[in-house]
Amino acid sequence: MGLEGIEVEVERGGGLNTEPMILNMGPQHPSTHGVLRFLVKADGEVIRAVVPDVGYLHRSIEKIAEKVGYHGFMPYTDRVDYLAAMFCNQGWAMACEKAAGIEVPKRAEYLRVIAAEFNRIASHLISVGSMAMDIGANTPFTHALREREKINDLLEALCGARLTYNYMCIGGVTWDMPPGFAERALDFIERFEPLIDEFNDLISYNKIYVERLAGVAAASAEDAINYNLVGPNLRGSGVRFDLRRDLPYSVYPELEFDIPVGRGEVGTVGDCFDRYIVRVLEMKESCRILRQCFAQIPDGPVLAKVPRKFKPPAGEVYVRVESARGDMGWYLVSDGSEMPYRVKIRTGSFTAMAMIDKLSRGIMIADLVAVIASLDVIAPEVDR
Amino acid sequence: MDAAAIHARLKGRLGEKLGELEQERGDPCARVCADAIVDACRFAKEDEELGFDCLTNQSGVDYKDKGVIQVVYHLFSYRHRHGFVFKVDLPRDNPRVATVEGVWKTANWLEREIYDLLGVVFEGHSDLRRILMPEDWEGYPLRKDFVEPEQYHGISTKRESLI
Amino acid sequence: MKVLAQALLGEGGLLGSLPRDLAAALLMFAVGGIVVFGFVLLVAGVTSWVERRVWARIQSRVGPNRVGPQGVLQWLADGVKNLLKEDVVPAAADRFLFLLAPYVVVAGFTASFVAIPFAASFIVADLDIGILYITAVTSLVVAGILMAGWASNNKWSLLGGMRSAAQIVSYEVPAALSIFPVVLMAGTLSMQGIIAGQGAAPWNWYLFNNPFSFLAFFTFFIAALAEGNRTPFDLPEAETELVAGYCTEYSGMRALLFYLAEWGNLYVIGALVTTLFLGGWQVPRITENALLLSLLQFLVFFAKSYFFVFVAMWIRATLPRIRVDQLMVVCWKYLVPIAFFNVAGTALWLALVGLPGQSALASGARWVMTGIGFLLLVVFARRVVYHIRRARPELYFSPVI
Repeated sequence: MGLEGIEVEVERGGGLNTEPMILNMGPQHPSTHGVLRFLVKADGEVIRAVVPDVGYLHRSIEKIAEKVGYHGFMPYTDRVDYLAAMFCNQGWAMACEKAAGIEVPKRAEYLRVIAAEFNRIASHLISVGSMAMDIGANTPFTHALREREKINDLLEALCGARLTYNYMCIGGVTWDMPPGFAERALDFIERFEPLIDEFNDLISYNKIYVERLAGVAAASAEDAINYNLVGPNLRGSGVRFDLRRDLPYSVYPELEFDIPVGRGEVGTVGDCFDRYIVRVLEMKESCRILRQCFAQIPDGPVLAKVPRKFKPPAGEVYVRVESARGDMGWYLVSDGSEMPYRVKIRTGSFTAMAMIDKLSRGIMIADLVAVIASLDVIAPEVDR
Repeated sequence: MDAAAIHARLKGRLGEKLGELEQERGDPCARVCADAIVDACRFAKEDEELGFDCLTNQSGVDYKDKGVIQVVYHLFSYRHRHGFVFKVDLPRDNPRVATVEGVWKTANWLEREIYDLLGVVFEGHSDLRRILMPEDWEGYPLRKDFVEPEQYHGISTKRESLI
Repeated sequence: MKVLAQALLGEGGLLGSLPRDLAAALLMFAVGGIVVFGFVLLVAGVTSWVERRVWARIQSRVGPNRVGPQGVLQWLADGVKNLLKEDVVPAAADRFLFLLAPYVVVAGFTASFVAIPFAASFIVADLDIGILYITAVTSLVVAGILMAGWASNNKWSLLGGMRSAAQIVSYEVPAALSIFPVVLMAGTLSMQGIIAGQGAAPWNWYLFNNPFSFLAFFTFFIAALAEGNRTPFDLPEAETELVAGYCTEYSGMRALLFYLAEWGNLYVIGALVTTLFLGGWQVPRITENALLLSLLQFLVFFAKSYFFVFVAMWIRATLPRIRVDQLMVVCWKYLVPIAFFNVAGTALWLALVGLPGQSALASGARWVMTGIGFLLLVVFARRVVYHIRRARPELYFSPVI
């Protein structure tokens, strides 16, 4: 099958013939995040090489874009990353608007940020919850999902769907906030912020948990940039870069928030714990952003006038959105017709998967699960 | 640095191999000859003022009418917070270009995807094999003239209408 | 027990006509059968229901509540379902060992019920080497788990089996070492003898006798959790890594036997802790009726050991699991030296200070230790109140939902 790096050599040494095992963490496995497959060459418990085998969830979304047109592609973007679907919507909408030079109304921009930040909290809740579950603690997962249910209810009130929202469209958002939404949302944020501290008390600084994650698979800043890690993975390695602040788009220049960065507080900078704690802290920052949005949101229309047969002029754009999993790049080539000529989505999980082999040399199989969970890899993003 | 300055600096190093700065149709970009792309990327990364330490995106676009497959390199510098775009045009019947994996490690998987979906062969790549499609798939799906095979291992690819 | 046996085996009894040895053997088998099938499997089954409910409530869920009132018959339904399932044996598996392994594991833990003292007169066999017998026989599960891991012909199961064997064998050492202080204080290995050395009130328990036995309680409980493959030491069956570890390839009743052994082992752990440290079935003498007293002793013993089962479930719902090399470090670098220190300390204590009643210091020390235990409980309660005030959760006190 041409999988170099995992051929097995019989090592003769010390009178004992030993050979490393080839283990298959197959497509069905309770801990791989989605349908991923890893071939692990392990010497007992210590890993020598990991070869990821992806493509189980390849749905040729990029080719479909060339058939369904600009407006019709919006629901497909939800499925690129279903846990952070608002960001995918936003990326595609921004790419189309930049290509055609459409200006989005201010209220729509605020609504986009509100929806996106709620989605960021929801995505991080699943990420940290399932990471705790992979390490063995089952309770934080249920507590995190309990909070996510409330966010799902809020987003359902906003756009009618709990997972694949299809809320944003080219030129704005589809619907305005329902009455009473702002009160409900602020109520939720009031209740939710102390629970993040509770979560930290429960699991984040638990001695066993810290021992499992500290110093494991540390990615230095140069390596992280070289391998194109993005988002919380990059910030966990100590690089203070966030698209919302450094290459701002939408209304982020008017909002005030910090960028949590991994400081190596329990181990090395860039280890699994740093990537994890960056996500927990980002949830707090999202709460801050949401409060400011609800305070500053102006009145006005929520959708710009966009022709039904959307035909941007021939050209190409590259738009970057700070999704929950990192910087998602949307490259759109249009030839002036109703169908996009080429859409390329460069997702954070795709490039993070490439780094798993480098990070897993010399760690144990139990650590491999922690590494995959800390990189927050999700299969539909990798395969599209 | 703004796009013109970056282009000027690159031109100073690459001379004829670098095309003109194009920014009417989108982000500032420049065409590079296929044989000079590794040199251009290495210079872009190691030069102090340019400092493009990250290959943010690498995509392939199939321009069937022009008879080229274009590989687009989106570069970004975390140090200086500026970006640039390289474009390499390859003949459609035999698209081959050197790999930039030695410059940025992330090119490994990005180039594998372009090979898998468009058929561009990256010379010098350490592990050029299909990544998203099955290992024994024939054809390059993202090409404009790709025709889906009738069946794959005995499973028909056409879904019969239920009506 | 003896009265019952006399009645049956005596001249006018049911089995009086058979040869003595045969009659005695038959009687023992019958009693063993009653104990095993009447009590052990019932306890193991109900423990599975209790675990699922406790776990669910800690996780803000409900748990099984459909089958029977509040779901108490869930374990019966699971048992019947598993009996009806197809028994899949992998084609390339070592068939004999594969089929044998669950039975070895169950034998290992069931045999320990013979020596567990439920009340002053409710013990199947008061062996002179009671505690030693139990420690030895519960190690039989190692053989079963290794057999299961190897015979499954599955690299993941093999990993799980190897990890489990290493874990159980390593944690035997601190477990046994933590039993020594109690044995030293009681002067005998027999289970009833150990209980007889304690009293009904908390300050008469071996737990609060001296600081070394207080430490020994904690080391024993941790080592016993590791023996039983419970979180935080449940690496051999770590679901997220090895799917189900050594019992991945098992289906139907054989798989359930492994889990049965785990839940039943929980009860054995609770019973051991109760016997050794918490005074066993000791109750104040409030009635002269022998049967009523025995019943009360049985209930007290059951309540105490089930409390520790509950604590083990509580720990399982809260803590993540330790990696296998960290597990070895905890055992050999921390628990074993502490356990040795306990043994030496207890020996010195008994030599210099003696048991309560032999010297004033001994009698006073137990009041101090009881006070320390009570203080720890108060600190714990205050932490709980603080967290409830901060997180403002929605509290559902009723156990029935």
